[in-house]
Amino acid sequence: MSKWIIQGLRTGVKSTGYPRRPEEAAGVTPGLPAAESRWPSPSGAEGAALTCPAGALEANGTSLAADPRRCVHCLRCTLGPNPVPWEGGYEWARRRGPGDAPLFGRGFHRSLHVRVVDAGACDACLSEIKQLNKPYYNMHRLGLFLTPTPRHADVLLVAGPVTQAMRMPLLKAYEAMPTPRRVMAVGTCALTGCLFGPSFASAGGVGAVLPVDLEVPGCPPPPLAILHGLLLLSGRTKASDGAREALKEAAP
Amino acid sequence: MMTPAQKTPSVLSLDAEAAARWGETLRVSPLPPEGLLLACDPSLLPDLCAWLAGERHYRFATLVTEEREEGWRLRFLFWGREPLWVHLLAEMPRQRTSLPSISDVVHAADWHERETEDLFGLTFTGHPRLGDFILHEEWPEGVNPMRWSFNARVPYTAREVDPQWRPVRIVQAPGAFAMPVGPIFSDTAQASHFLLETVGEDVARTIPRLFYKYRGVEKLAEGEEPAKVLLMAERFTGTSAIAHAWAFCQAVERIAGVDIPPRAQLLRALLAEFERFRHHLAALSDIIHSTGMTVASSQADILEEEALRLAGAWAGHRYLYGQVIPGGLARDWTNGEVQELAGGVERLAGGLGRLSRKLRFSGSFLDRLEQVGLVSRTQAEHFGLVGPVARASGVAEDARIDLPYGPYGSLLNPAMAVEEEGDGYARLRVLVAEALTSARLIREGAERLPGGPVCLKTPLPSGEALGWCEAPRGAAFHWVRLDERGRVARYRLTTPSFTNWHGFHLAAERFAFQDFPIIMATFGLSTAEGDR
Repeated sequence: MSKWIIQGLRTGVKSTGYPRRPEEAAGVTPGLPAAESRWPSPSGAEGAALTCPAGALEANGTSLAADPRRCVHCLRCTLGPNPVPWEGGYEWARRRGPGDAPLFGRGFHRSLHVRVVDAGACDACLSEIKQLNKPYYNMHRLGLFLTPTPRHADVLLVAGPVTQAMRMPLLKAYEAMPTPRRVMAVGTCALTGCLFGPSFASAGGVGAVLPVDLEVPGCPPPPLAILHGLLLLSGRTKASDGAREALKEAAP
Repeated sequence: MMTPAQKTPSVLSLDAEAAARWGETLRVSPLPPEGLLLACDPSLLPDLCAWLAGERHYRFATLVTEEREEGWRLRFLFWGREPLWVHLLAEMPRQRTSLPSISDVVHAADWHERETEDLFGLTFTGHPRLGDFILHEEWPEGVNPMRWSFNARVPYTAREVDPQWRPVRIVQAPGAFAMPVGPIFSDTAQASHFLLETVGEDVARTIPRLFYKYRGVEKLAEGEEPAKVLLMAERFTGTSAIAHAWAFCQAVERIAGVDIPPRAQLLRALLAEFERFRHHLAALSDIIHSTGMTVASSQADILEEEALRLAGAWAGHRYLYGQVIPGGLARDWTNGEVQELAGGVERLAGGLGRLSRKLRFSGSFLDRLEQVGLVSRTQAEHFGLVGPVARASGVAEDARIDLPYGPYGSLLNPAMAVEEEGDGYARLRVLVAEALTSARLIREGAERLPGGPVCLKTPLPSGEALGWCEAPRGAAFHWVRLDERGRVARYRLTTPSFTNWHGFHLAAERFAFQDFPIIMATFGLSTAEGDR
């Protein structure tokens, strides 16, 4: 057994410094198309919008707007002679619904329990959620925990377009949760259904079944984006655009 | 190890024997490049399959059902040696909705027939268990979503009743009870349901109930442009995106008659091997995690995340989406960049080698894996299992070697990792050996990279073709038919998880309850890939 203890000690701390400082390692995020880009001519902007097979780009005169809720990171718009500019970053979580009152009281700042529900997700979203519990992201250090039962959960984290067969289990899990309870939709499928819905087999997003409080776009959203969403839910990060605004108490 | 061809006792060529046995009732025609098409009346199917699978030792790949103007067309695809492919084609008028089942002679076709019955409404006479399968109890009988007349884009309101699913209890013993697990269970488990029939601590049998994640990919693909269907092929199971994108593109390129440039072929293979490497690291991490070894599983987790970051930095996407397109690749890399990838993978492979050596000398770890989740070779062959699961049971089959595609067999020569025991530890050893082989292939490929373009313009004529690939979890088959407008008319998606879930219950019989997560992890299956 001692070899594992030595191995563990020798490995050292691998966890990201986020949210205390931004994570700058390469390959932690695929990025997103720039929310707004200027093009020399309206036809150029329209041509760029047509490169998107998922309908995430919309031309409006000489400007091109990108909807992160529909982007599936297919990178098609970056090919060709006039690529659409992309931005790095990972603080993509956004509040949904009216008002911006805190979603949880202060008691939840350092203790938020999350039940993950796979409502038809491909493995990539689940794989990224799993990374949160692994050494590089280590959500425990921030007082965020995965729980096996919805009865102990404060947050229902849903990935996938909500298939017919998962609709009822999802509703039952939500009903089993104590209040206050919040629903977090993770990944493009859970936000808009995108490629897989709405259709005969899926509802086309969590919003069609449950009231969604927070959305994390991405296909799949990188672990840091999901972490940002959880911090936003717990009230540890004030505004949606600022790792730097994370409260000082955030990390131990 | 005997290959299908060596086992063949007959000296007659396949087409000659088929013609001699069935004469006029069978229309034999060549199917270029390496195939044979046998068209017959559905009533001949059981005999033909018994001969093909039983005497000629052909392996069942998939069943493609199509509803066409002229009638039903069912194509049973088998692979073996000389010729590589045999397609059995059975056609019947549209008003006819039943044909004989072949499941008793080719057990691997069992789930394909159940799926066809559920989604198309065709009955297979002689099949012992048809009925609710992909579509659960709340879906009304008689509504078959794969039929033309069914509109896929309209949300379908299934009956809003609580299904109250009650299984038929099989185990009859004092104190016996059935324990349901799922569809929401564990921390981040995929949606699936298992009914564990137990007597005290011991689980007698496991009844998996899958298809909670049925998104109807095959139906949604109909009428769409191949560019969009490619996105679905990539995203229906995100952890093997390259493999499925490659198989789909292969089918489209075969229809178009395009031979993609050698550089693109090799780069695709490198991406696929990189994906296999990362997938096997994740599978290893899951296995170690299931045995509760925190430090060791953290070591595997670190390697996995580093592989994801390498992919993100190198290709712009952590799961390698958006790289493979019909005609080749979406982008090119310089030879130096490919060398960098090979170096990065080699460094991770070093870490994996050290970790696996430590694991092999951890008695408490091996105790949990050895003799757990046994699948015998006969069972694996009978159920037509594929991938690492089959190879751990002594079935020496790998699509990269048996059905060479792309650069395999010429520029890249993967070694087959085969173990005989068929237990959890054998599956772990196969995964580690394959991951290390993938790292070697990436190194060799990076050194042999030819120059030239990476993409050719691909026209989209009408036609039909099969694409296949050894995905990380086993052989995947994609059948594509394009219509006159160049849109997808039929997309049949056969995945290794679908094939292997069929045999999962074999491993989950007569075991102690605490072994269930270990059996799940060593099988390493994906419900997203199986449910589609």
